[in-house]
Amino acid sequence: MARYVANRLAQAIMLLVIVSAIGFAILHLAPGGPLSQFAASAQMTQEDLDRVTRQLGLDRSLPIQYLDWFGRMLRGDWGHSYRDGEAVLSVISSHLGATLELMATATIIAVLLGGWIGVLGALRRYSLFDSLATVGAMIALSIPTFWFGLVTIYIFSVKLGWLPAGNRETVGDGSFLDLLHHLIAPALVLALVETAMWGRFMRSSMLEVINQDYIRTARAKGMPEWRILTVHALRNALLPMITVAGLQFPTLLGGALVAETVFTWPGMGRLFLDSIGYRDYPVVMGILMFSAIMVLIGSLLADILYAVVDPRIRVG
Amino acid sequence: MTSAALSTVQLAPGHAAWRRFRRHRLALAGAVIILVLVLGSAFGPYLLPFDDTYIDIMKRFAPPLSGAHILGTDELGRDVLARLMMGARVSLSIGFVAMVIAMAVGIAVGAFAGFFGGVVGAVLMRLVDAMLCFPTIFLLLALAALIEPGFVTTTVLIAATAWMWVARVVEAQVRSLREREFAVAALAFGSSNLRIMFRELVPNAVAPIVVAATLNVAKAILLESYLSYLGYGIQPPAASLGNMLNNAQIYLTSAPWLAIAPGLAITLAVTSFNFLGDGLRDALDPRMNIP
Repeated sequence: MARYVANRLAQAIMLLVIVSAIGFAILHLAPGGPLSQFAASAQMTQEDLDRVTRQLGLDRSLPIQYLDWFGRMLRGDWGHSYRDGEAVLSVISSHLGATLELMATATIIAVLLGGWIGVLGALRRYSLFDSLATVGAMIALSIPTFWFGLVTIYIFSVKLGWLPAGNRETVGDGSFLDLLHHLIAPALVLALVETAMWGRFMRSSMLEVINQDYIRTARAKGMPEWRILTVHALRNALLPMITVAGLQFPTLLGGALVAETVFTWPGMGRLFLDSIGYRDYPVVMGILMFSAIMVLIGSLLADILYAVVDPRIRVG
Repeated sequence: MTSAALSTVQLAPGHAAWRRFRRHRLALAGAVIILVLVLGSAFGPYLLPFDDTYIDIMKRFAPPLSGAHILGTDELGRDVLARLMMGARVSLSIGFVAMVIAMAVGIAVGAFAGFFGGVVGAVLMRLVDAMLCFPTIFLLLALAALIEPGFVTTTVLIAATAWMWVARVVEAQVRSLREREFAVAALAFGSSNLRIMFRELVPNAVAPIVVAATLNVAKAILLESYLSYLGYGIQPPAASLGNMLNNAQIYLTSAPWLAIAPGLAITLAVTSFNFLGDGLRDALDPRMNIP
């Protein structure tokens, strides 16, 4: 087990190095490189730019600059926002809570609803419910999230007036019920794609399990059907879902960005778009790297957790 | 007699695939809808009396089915149906072209990595893994912010964030096919590496490649709509299905039809390609059962 974890950790660190190199490359792809912000302003002469270039060490060779940048990233110095000079990491962390709240809620909805749909679809394979669920999942995966958000706002905010059209809280209120009221629509919109994915994976995982020999053995022993399904089938069918959760993480993060934009939700995705609008490259690159690292850690955790619950993985 | 018998045997897999595909009614429906969308966006604009960029400020916000404008007009009085057709033309073109680029890059990287294996393969595939760590929309927007938005850049950016899955599929296929007798035989004949890769191995992986290509179009259309909706894709006055929704949120209360038609068109196109890909997967390779 320790060996498996060490192995997987080494892989993750290697990936982190490549991910950071890609991030660094993108930063230098910007027209004018990291100095584009200053180059655009008329107040700086070429002389000033050359001086800043030397001061920031941008005249050194790229590998040296990369090592310097990577070292500073590891120490938590991710640069400062062009907009207000605040440290990038503290800007990100002040917006992270709202995003995590949205993602966690959507995941809970997706796991419960998608899991239920998937299990029922597998048990009643090719039934009307199964067919509708399969077609529904495909359509859900094809709807642009932002458009689904717009439709939700139109129906539930404009027409029915049941839900607020955006923001995380009513200014001056901010009670638990108020927060919950604001959370419903964006969480449901974000949960749509997730639910469809969970339903599909759960269905195929459950189908695989209920055709196993040990399920037949359990039936042959005369075990009650509900016990076979819950104790033997469901528990085993849930195991691969850990991997699905890890794989789904990038999609979930991307979906959060879109949902946050439509519902003016003050999270990391919204911050990312605002920063792009301001050409605030340090924050843009910071969030890009931060999201990639989150994905990296997510898949690492998923793999380790899977090895913990399923001993067969550790050997292979 | 033998040649006739042989040709029947050779045709059989294709026939079986076609039969399986026909059984998949949703995939068939998807193919028909795609055809209608392509023909409609290619020839539709010539049948309409309105130009997609013609601004008629006196007729702004005309609701659908009122007078000459079938789907109404937008905030500048432009005909929504004309914009929808031109927008679909742009969105579908981006979907196809981005798919072709992504497939070319993905197949090349996957074939090299799968064929040579070793250090080359490991480095290429770790690059693929690393690229997949970035959530697509974040990567797409960060890159889009750095360059001038337009048709070409939007297409290239989408392809740049979509080739990795293709590379994974092709790499796995080529790696397993490389050991098969026909590949070993080609090597014994003295065929060059490139020839073995692209004349022997890749053609044998055509089933998963076709499926990946179809799903890739769906993904590219969806990504274009995200990018243009957020303002970093196709720029007005040119229409795309995504940028038609750009202003729709502001007018959601007063003119909801501006949001409905383009959104439905995107959903219809993407769903059709997804169902088509699903049907092709069932038809071409019954063993592949990835959900």
